[in-house]
Amino acid sequence: MISMTELSKIHNSPESAARLKKRRAAEWRLKAYGIMAITLAGAALVTLMWSVVGKAAGAFTESYITLPVYLAADEIDPDGTGERAIIGRANFGGVTKDALKDAFPFVKSRGDKRAMYDIISGGAAFELRELTMADPAIIGQTIDFRFLASDIADLYLKGSYGDLVEQNAGGTLTVQSDGKTAVVTSSTTDFAFVMARVKSDLLAKAAFNRDQAALQENGRAVFTQRGDLDEAAKREAARDRLLGVAEELEARAALDGGREALDKNSPSVLVRMGETWVKLTEVSATGGEGKIIGVLDSGVRAAGDWQVYLQDLPEASRKVSDLQIVLIENLRSAGAVETVFSKRFFMAGDSREPELAGIWGAAVGSFWTMLVTILLAFPIGVMAAIYLEEFAKKNWVNTFIEVNINNLAAVPSIVYGLLGLAIFLGFFGVPRSAPLAGGIVLAVMTLPTIIIASRAAMAAVPPSIRDAALGIGASKLQTALHHVLPLSMPGILTGTIIGMARALGETAPLIMIGMVAFIVDVPTGVMDSATVLPVQIYRWSDFPERAFEARTSAAILVLLVFLIFMNGLAVFLRKRFERRW
Amino acid sequence: MLALTALLIVGLAIGFFILSRAKAISVSQGALANLHSRPSYHGTYVMLWVVIVGLALLLVLMLGGNAYLDAKFLGDIRAALPDARDIEIDLVLSDVKAIAAGLVSSRIDPLREATAIDFATADAVRIWATVAISLGGALLAGVLGMRQISAEWRARNRSERIIVGILWLSAAVAVLTTLGIVLSLIFETFNFFASIGWRVDKFLFGTRWSPLSGVQDGMMDMDKVGAVPLFAGTLMITGIAMLVAVPIGLFAAIYLSEFASPKVRLWAKPMLEILAGIPTVVYGFFAAITVAPFIRNAGEAIGLSVASESALAAGIVMGVMIIPFISSLSDDVINAVPQSLRDGSYGLGATKAETIRQVVLPAALPGIVSAILLGVSRAIGETMIVVMAAGQGANLTANPLEAVTTVTVQIVMLITGDTEASTAAGPAFTLAFTLFCITLALNIFALRFVRKYREKYD
Repeated sequence: MISMTELSKIHNSPESAARLKKRRAAEWRLKAYGIMAITLAGAALVTLMWSVVGKAAGAFTESYITLPVYLAADEIDPDGTGERAIIGRANFGGVTKDALKDAFPFVKSRGDKRAMYDIISGGAAFELRELTMADPAIIGQTIDFRFLASDIADLYLKGSYGDLVEQNAGGTLTVQSDGKTAVVTSSTTDFAFVMARVKSDLLAKAAFNRDQAALQENGRAVFTQRGDLDEAAKREAARDRLLGVAEELEARAALDGGREALDKNSPSVLVRMGETWVKLTEVSATGGEGKIIGVLDSGVRAAGDWQVYLQDLPEASRKVSDLQIVLIENLRSAGAVETVFSKRFFMAGDSREPELAGIWGAAVGSFWTMLVTILLAFPIGVMAAIYLEEFAKKNWVNTFIEVNINNLAAVPSIVYGLLGLAIFLGFFGVPRSAPLAGGIVLAVMTLPTIIIASRAAMAAVPPSIRDAALGIGASKLQTALHHVLPLSMPGILTGTIIGMARALGETAPLIMIGMVAFIVDVPTGVMDSATVLPVQIYRWSDFPERAFEARTSAAILVLLVFLIFMNGLAVFLRKRFERRW
Repeated sequence: MLALTALLIVGLAIGFFILSRAKAISVSQGALANLHSRPSYHGTYVMLWVVIVGLALLLVLMLGGNAYLDAKFLGDIRAALPDARDIEIDLVLSDVKAIAAGLVSSRIDPLREATAIDFATADAVRIWATVAISLGGALLAGVLGMRQISAEWRARNRSERIIVGILWLSAAVAVLTTLGIVLSLIFETFNFFASIGWRVDKFLFGTRWSPLSGVQDGMMDMDKVGAVPLFAGTLMITGIAMLVAVPIGLFAAIYLSEFASPKVRLWAKPMLEILAGIPTVVYGFFAAITVAPFIRNAGEAIGLSVASESALAAGIVMGVMIIPFISSLSDDVINAVPQSLRDGSYGLGATKAETIRQVVLPAALPGIVSAILLGVSRAIGETMIVVMAAGQGANLTANPLEAVTTVTVQIVMLITGDTEASTAAGPAFTLAFTLFCITLALNIFALRFVRKYREKYD
């Protein structure tokens, strides 16, 4: 028997205090792990949302370029018939190109012209055609038309390729032009910033060469140790060559003044004189030599009449070329460029051109698919649940059905896709890519979820309700349909909505049954070829054009809005109607 | 046309419902109590028969008629083109159908046009026969059903028996689904194994996966169908996912059920539910666009070479996807541990952490293990994240920074690829069958495990 004094000795000793401290620390640690886990999960969610929302903004606006366009009567409708069919056959792509040529007459070479055409979307010509077909009276006139900008022009206008930054320039600029190229010289060192940039690039290149040389030196040491002198000598030579290159680069960087060439891999330097620009190919601290974009005569420009711009991203690392930047900037200065809310993104079908692509086709496809799914899955699921919960006797057939349903709930969704491919498409001949096929597959997939949720809701109805109904003479079916089913409806609907939300976000099984095809038209029924929102997201995420990234994110946002709405509805139903017995 | 017929049958059924109900009322001679069943049940009974007979006839004739016409015209075309290959004959038939329907066909020639005219006639006969027979059958069923109506006729019991039968059929759809899955998968799996000469071991243990590169006369090169790289890749990505999901999910569940204040629970639980509700294609996009480049840059910053489709990126994002799965299932089982156990432990002087570690967790362990197994089964079957963020080439490696491929990625690639469907289906369905078996085994094992080791407290 331990006496109380001894006990208090045990509990008041320094060892016990230390023990207690340790035990409390363990508790604190466990709590900290828990908080850390929740924080990590939250951080993952926030990062995901942030990366999607951050990228989506670009898809909700589109850019337009307004240009005067001459609708020549002898090209569009030579006989003046005013008939839609004849106007529709005219070459509006050519008309669009002519509008650009008129706006920028100095663009001469074929490559430059092609670059110029690329700032306007291929879809703009079709819009011009629609306009002309709707109002033939404008043929023969010059109208101001809002051409949809292409994806690269749009991205540039939204700043996705970095900004064209104006630099300080305070000298007077002397220009010697030969029509194609020009030498520009400033009275002060207005171009020193370029030299500094170029020199830091040179130093970085030198440092890289020194690193490579160090690797070769390592190799030489290793081979010398192994006795492979031939190999060692090769390494030594390579090392010396790299060091030589590094030293030369460093010497170039250290030199004051001098000239440096600018190529596709260095930042672009653009000198602007009103509408005309010079893209520098060679630069010194006070000036440089470059290609004229526009029309330029020799002469002197006072300070303030000219600007110098730096585009930090090298031309080779961006889709939009310096020429295109110059054209867009000229249009922007002329007030011909506007960026507005894009209705097109919500109203158009799919397209291979990012600026023309929209989610309407996929959204309608999703609607038809979900319609088929709910029409099949809801009644069948509820009927199955009624049978299993209210009628099934405990025998091996019913046990087998139950085990089956529980296992089906865990089958990977892609397997349902293959089931659809083999049975519904292959055997029953349901058309490929049709919402009917997708809806059937998703219904089969959602069925276990609905059955399990409905059974849980029916099981929650207390037996006293059934007993009362049976007691006043109702049959078993009347009890189930008139009493248990209405009382469990909120729970059933909640489960159904959650199942439908999952089906709406499902992708893999639909890819299996060909709903991944490129479909431009908006489906008008369950037998048309269609795609659905999540599959559209998958397809767009695969395209190389950068503008599709924003569209993918925006489509994800739309999908998430639908899902949040559905889940919110389920929560509302549960809170509002579910009874606790 | 046929959809219209279905509607007509339903309309007919409603008509018979009204007629039968009226007849039952008139049979009752003014006092409804004379009837065994209420008039509506008489109506329901006849209506059910009309619908069942009508729709069943329609379905059978539709499928049967189609199959008969296809077979007949395939035979006719074969007779006209004795040397043509099967695929050409199929093409001719689909062209014939297109011409008959007034659509664009791949080619127009006299044979196609002549057959198209025959086909159009036969098709019209088929459709009208289907419509007439199914409507007639429905009508007959209605008339016969109405003749039964009398005061003693037990219409309620009979219609209830039919309805319960329909309910049973609905429940049996689940069995049909399983049967459909197993049959379709096994059929193609057998074909595939036959095409590699039944060397199943080559599939299970071979290390080179490139099934479509060695196809000759329907036989596959058995040295190129080794699925080990796919299994290894799946295992690696699943492993990484579980390394992320199990600690985070488990600690989150412990914290939420044992420590968290109601306020924290109020926002933490919906947050986890949102994570669970995000479609996998969104996770895939996140993995491919945000996580993979981040890991690549981070790796390169410390001098590691990281593939842009590294297993690590796909695995981590898949882990995030599985966190809510593990946490909500674990939360449930931890909450199911009775309070009396905790109280007993506190009474002995244990701290909260000691109680959790030594009393609550052991009691909840079977449930937690089953949650983890179900999480593994989901990770193995997950498709979109790996399709978008993992590699496509079969690569046997233990380095998580390299690109690996998984079973599901290969299924998607085979099915959506350019290869003829009949060739690609073999390996794809075989992989899917393997996947199905593994996930099924994991599920059954998880349930068994819980049932065997679960402690019953009440």
